[in-house]
Amino acid sequence: MDNFATKIRIETLKMLRNRGFGHIGGSMSIVEALSVLYDNEMTIDPSNPDWEDRDYFVLSKGHAGPALYSTLALKGYFDKQLLNTLNEAHTNLPSHADRLKTPGVDMTTGSLGQGISAAAGIAKALKIQKKNNRVYAIVGDGELNEGQVYEALMFAFHHKLDNLVLMIDENKLQLDGYTDDICDQGDIRLKIAGFGWHALRVDGHNEAAIKHALQEAKEIKKVPTCVVLDTIKAKGVSFLENNTSNHHVRFTDKQIKELEHLIKQLEGDIT
Amino acid sequence: MNVKVKQKFKISNKEMRTTYNDTLVDLAKTDDKIVLLEADLMRAIKTNDFQKKYPNRTLNIGIMEQNMMGVAAGLSVRGLKPYIHTFGPFATRRSFDQLFLSLGYADLNAIIIGSDAGISASHNGGTHMPFEDLGLVRLVPNMTVMEMTDPVMFENILRQLNDQKQLSYLRIVRKHMLSIYQEGSTFEIGKGIVLREGKDATIVAAGIMVANALKAQALLQEDGINVSVIDMFTIKPIDQALLLEYADKTQCIVTAENHNIIGGLGSAVLEALETTPVTVKRVGVKDRFGQVGTQAFLEKEYELTAEDIVKAVKEQL
Ligand SMILES: Cc1ncc(C[n+]2csc(CCOP(=O)(O)OP(=O)(O)O)c2C)c(N)n1
Repeated sequence: MDNFATKIRIETLKMLRNRGFGHIGGSMSIVEALSVLYDNEMTIDPSNPDWEDRDYFVLSKGHAGPALYSTLALKGYFDKQLLNTLNEAHTNLPSHADRLKTPGVDMTTGSLGQGISAAAGIAKALKIQKKNNRVYAIVGDGELNEGQVYEALMFAFHHKLDNLVLMIDENKLQLDGYTDDICDQGDIRLKIAGFGWHALRVDGHNEAAIKHALQEAKEIKKVPTCVVLDTIKAKGVSFLENNTSNHHVRFTDKQIKELEHLIKQLEGDIT
Repeated sequence: MNVKVKQKFKISNKEMRTTYNDTLVDLAKTDDKIVLLEADLMRAIKTNDFQKKYPNRTLNIGIMEQNMMGVAAGLSVRGLKPYIHTFGPFATRRSFDQLFLSLGYADLNAIIIGSDAGISASHNGGTHMPFEDLGLVRLVPNMTVMEMTDPVMFENILRQLNDQKQLSYLRIVRKHMLSIYQEGSTFEIGKGIVLREGKDATIVAAGIMVANALKAQALLQEDGINVSVIDMFTIKPIDQALLLEYADKTQCIVTAENHNIIGGLGSAVLEALETTPVTVKRVGVKDRFGQVGTQAFLEKEYELTAEDIVKAVKEQL
C-alpha cells in the first residue's frame, strides 16, 4: 500500500478545516473506495482528463466533493494549491461535484438520485459505441430513498450493463439521522440483487476487499455489479464517528484543534 | 391588513425556520389536522421540536420529494393539512409533475415551504440555488405563490393559510432576515404593501429584495429622486390594481427579485401591466445558474444590490 487513502483523508481534512465547515461525514466514508478506484482500478490519464478511453466515475452523492477533489489533486489532475479554494467565490471546487468546473469530474451531481442514471447512460453509450471503458458510481445509502435509483437499476439490468459498477456507501446515516430510522430499506444487497444485479457486500474501509470485489465485477458478464460498502460515516474522525450530527459540520474552535491534531497524527503515520 | 413598518431595520431575533417550527407547534395545539412532511432536511429547517411534541403527525419520509407530494395529496384527500418542506429546487423542480397533478390538478390542499430562496442557498451552490421555483409554481392554475419578507409576515401568513383550503407555495430564507415589520402586523394575501411613497418611480420587490429596495429608495432620495416602494409578497394572484395605480402615478416601474427575471416577480408585474405603456425594468438574475459563495458575494455577482436597483431606476428616468 502506498498510503494513498491516508493521503486523501489528510487533504480532505485540511480542506474542510481551512473552510471551517463542510460535508465531512460522507466524504470520510468513501476515502478507501476512492483510493482503490483512482490508485488501482480505473484506467485514467490525469494529464488528459477528457481522454476518450478513460474509465468514468460519477459521484452520485455529489456532496462528498471534497473527498473526490483531494483524490484528483493527489493524482495530478490539478495543482494541490487549488484545494485551498473549496467553496470560495468563483472556485473550481464547489461543495457539490461539477463537471464544468473541475478537471477529472465526469458528471455534475448534488441533487440526489440523479448521478446513477447518468452513470447508466454513460455505460450504455459505451456499449453502443462498442468500447471497453468501465463506469463506476458511488451512491449514498440515504440516496437510495430516491425512486430514480430504482429506475436506473432496472434500466441497467435490462441493458445488460456489465461495464457499470455501482458502489453503495452504506454508512448507515443520512442527513437527519440513521437510515433505518427514517426509512428502513431492509438488506440493501438483497434488494439490489432482486433487481437482477450481481450484488456483494464488503468492508468499505478494507482496500484489499474492495479491490477483490471490483476484480470480481470484471468477470461478471451480462449483468451489472453492485458493491455495497459497509462503512462508517466520518470514518477516522473519532469525535464525529457514530454521531448523528456528522453530515455537515460547522466546526467549533475545539473541533478545529482536534482536526489539526488528527492531521498531524495522520501525517506522522505515513512518514 | 394592518401593517406597521419598523423605523430601523435590524437582523431579526428569530430565524425564519424558528418561526416555522414555533408557529406550527402553536397551531397544532388546537388543530389536529396538521401534518408535517419532511424529506431528510429536518435538521436544516429545525422542526425537531414539532416532531418531539407531535411524533404521530411528523412524517420525515426520507429523501423522496416526489413521493412526498403524492403522500401529501393522499393526506389531503382525508382532510388533513400537509405542511411540506424541502429546499426550493426539490420542492418544485424535482417534484413538479407530482405537485402539478396530484395536488394541483386534483384540487387538493397543501402548504409547500421552499427554503433557501435564491442566493440564500449560498455555499450549497448551483444544484441547490433556486432561481426558477417561483416561475414553476406560478404555472400551476389556482396556486397561491408568496415570498416571505420577514418572520413577522411569515408567522401571520402561516396562521391565515391554516384556515384556508388552498394549495400554496411559500418561498423563504431559512435563517435570519432583516426585520421589516413590527410585531402584530397583519397582512392580506394578494395585496401589495406600499412601504414608501414617491412620485418619480416605483420599486416593486419581494423577499430579501424588499430591504435592498428600501436602501435604494434612501440612496435615490439623496439624489433628489423620490420613489415608491412596494412589498409584493404575493406573486400570484398579483395585486394588479395596485400596480396599475402606481404605474399611472409614477409612470416607471422597477422590479427587484432574488430569482431569474424570467418567470418570477418581474414577469408577473409585466403581465399585470400588459395593457399599459409604462416601462418596466427588471432587476434580478439574468437567466443564469446558481453557484457557491457567500450571500454578499452572490448579491454582487448577480447584480441584486441596492446600487443595482438605483442604477436601474436612474436608467429609466
Ligand atoms: C434531491 C435531493 N434532496 C435532498 C438533498 C439534501 N441532502 C444532501 S445530502 C443528504 C443526505 C444524504 O444521505 P446519504 O446518501 O446517506 O449520504 P451520506 O450519509 O453518505 O453523506 C440530503 C438529504 C439533496 N442534495 N438532493
